Amino acid sequence: MTEMSYLDGNMLDGPMRELFTVDLSTAMGRCENCGTTGSMASLHVYSHAPGLVARCPSCEEVMVRLVRGPDRAWLDLRGTTYLQVPMPMEQTVTGPL
Amino acid sequence: MATSTQRRTPNRWQVGRLVERRVETPSAQTLVLEVPDWPGHLPGQHVDLRLTAPDGYQAARSYSIAGPVVDGPGGPRIEVTVQRVHDGEVSPYLIDVFADGDPVEVRGPLGGWFIWRPEETAPVQLVAGGSGIVPLMAMIRARRATGSKAPFRLIYSVRTPGDVIYADELRRRVRDDFGLDIAYVYTREAPEGWRGEPHRIGLADVNTHGWPPDLEPLTYVCGPTAFVETVADLLVGLGHPSRRVKTERFGPTG
Amino acid sequence: MGIVSPGFQGRPRTQEPALPPGQYLTEDFPVLSAGPTPRVSLDTWEFVISAENGSEHRWSWQELMALPQETPQVDIHCVTRWSKLGTTWQGVSLDTLLADVDTGAHFALAHSYGGYTTNLPLDDLRGGQAWVVHTFDGAPLPAEHGGPARLLVPHLYFWKSAKWVRGLRLKTMDEPGFWETAGYHDYGDPWREQRYQGD
Repeated sequence: MTEMSYLDGNMLDGPMRELFTVDLSTAMGRCENCGTTGSMASLHVYSHAPGLVARCPSCEEVMVRLVRGPDRAWLDLRGTTYLQVPMPMEQTVTGPL
Repeated sequence: MATSTQRRTPNRWQVGRLVERRVETPSAQTLVLEVPDWPGHLPGQHVDLRLTAPDGYQAARSYSIAGPVVDGPGGPRIEVTVQRVHDGEVSPYLIDVFADGDPVEVRGPLGGWFIWRPEETAPVQLVAGGSGIVPLMAMIRARRATGSKAPFRLIYSVRTPGDVIYADELRRRVRDDFGLDIAYVYTREAPEGWRGEPHRIGLADVNTHGWPPDLEPLTYVCGPTAFVETVADLLVGLGHPSRRVKTERFGPTG
Repeated sequence: MGIVSPGFQGRPRTQEPALPPGQYLTEDFPVLSAGPTPRVSLDTWEFVISAENGSEHRWSWQELMALPQETPQVDIHCVTRWSKLGTTWQGVSLDTLLADVDTGAHFALAHSYGGYTTNLPLDDLRGGQAWVVHTFDGAPLPAEHGGPARLLVPHLYFWKSAKWVRGLRLKTMDEPGFWETAGYHDYGDPWREQRYQGD
C-alpha cells in the first residue's frame, strides 16, 4: 500500500476556522517589504478609504487590505510574510497541526 | 450562544425601535433604541441607521453610540445622539418625526479602530469638535461604568455655550468621576465672564489642556474633517506619535 | 426590503437631481486616504505616459501649465456613497496629453506618487471624459485632495480619479490596481452601481 505523503485539503478546515476567530490585535506580523516584525496593533491603519489599509509602521508599505462588501469581504495579506498568533498552550503536541 | 462581539457578523440589519428621546441642545437629541439582538459594543463604535419610505426608497447614515448598553424590559438598549443637519435627509426625520415605538433598521457595531478599551491604563486625551463629542462621551461613560482609573482629559470645541451636548452631565462628571478634566474652546461666542476671546482651536489649547507626549497618552480626535486634520497635525507637531492618535472624521452627514 | 419608517419620505425626489443608485448628496468634500499624504515638490513633479511599445511622453509642471487648459464642471460619486454635484476644476484634458501618443493599447494603469494605482479602459480616458487637474474650486488642489495634480474621471466612481497622479502606463492587458485587487470593481460605473467585483 502506498503511504500518503500529504493530507486532503478538507483537513485544513478545522485549523483554519480556529485561526480566523482569533483577535488579531494580539498577533505579530512580519512586513514583507522590510522585514520588521511587530504587533499587528501597531500598524498604521487608514480606515477612511473605500476599504481598510494597514501599513508597516517602519516602511509604510501595505501589509493588510480589507474590503467589506454587503455580503462578502476581501482580505489581502500579501504584504505580510506571516502572522504569528498566540494560541492556548496544549498538553500534548502530536504533529505540525 | 455567541456572546463575543467577534463572532457576530456586524453587517446584518436588524430592527430596533425608539423607546426614549432626550433633548440635549436645540439641535441635538439622544435617541434610545431597543435592539433585541444587540451583540454588545466597545466605546467609540457606531451604528448605521436606515430608513425606508413607503415606496421602498432608503437612506442610511452612521451615528456614534453614546454610551454602554443598558438592559431594558424588552431587551438591550443603545443610545445614539443625533445632531440636526441643516437640509439633512435623515437627521430631521430622526429629530422631528421618529416617534416612540417606531422601528428603525440598525446595523452594527461598526468601527474596529476608533475604540477605547477600558482595560487600557494609559492616560487618554479626547478632542471633540461639535457633535464629535458623541463617541468620546461613550468612552467617558464606559470609563466610569468599569471603574477605570485611566486619567482622562477632554478638550471640547463648540461654537457657543448652547451647543455643548451633555453639558450638565459633563459638569457632574468633572465633579464626581475622579480623574476627568475638561477644557472648552468656544469658536463664536464664549460664556459670560469667560477669559479670552472666542477662537478656533490652536496649539496653545492642545498644549495646555492635553497630556504631554512623554506620558504616552492615547488620543482620540473626532469632529468635522477640517477640525480633525488641524488637531491631528497639532498633536503630531507637539511630538505625539501618529500611531497613538486615532481620528474619526465626520464626513458627509444628514 | 425591511420595514417602513412611518412618516419618512426622503428628500423631495422629483426635484432632486438624479443621483446614481445608493448615493447621497454632500456639501462637504470628504478626505479618504489609504496612506500618508505624499508631499510632491513642483520642481520634481512630472507626468509620464508610457505606451506598450516602450515610448515615453513626459511633462514637467511648467509644461503641463503651458498646455491648453480646460475648466470642467462635473458631478463626482464616491463608492463610499457620497456624491458632490457641480464641482469645478481646472486642468488638461487627457485628449490633449494623448494626442501625440502612438498606441494600440486598450487599457491604462494610472499610478501615483505614494504607490496608488487604478486601472481604466483607454477609451474612458478619451472623448472629453478625463483630465489631469491641478485646481479645485478656484484654488490650487490641496495635498489631502490629491494635489499638486490628480486624475479626474467623473463618469466612474471617484477611486478611479487617482490622487497625486504621476503617470499612465498603456497596456494591452488590463491590470487591476490597488482597490481592484482588493475587491472593488474593475470598471466602476456608478449608474450601474458597479462597486464590488461581480456587481
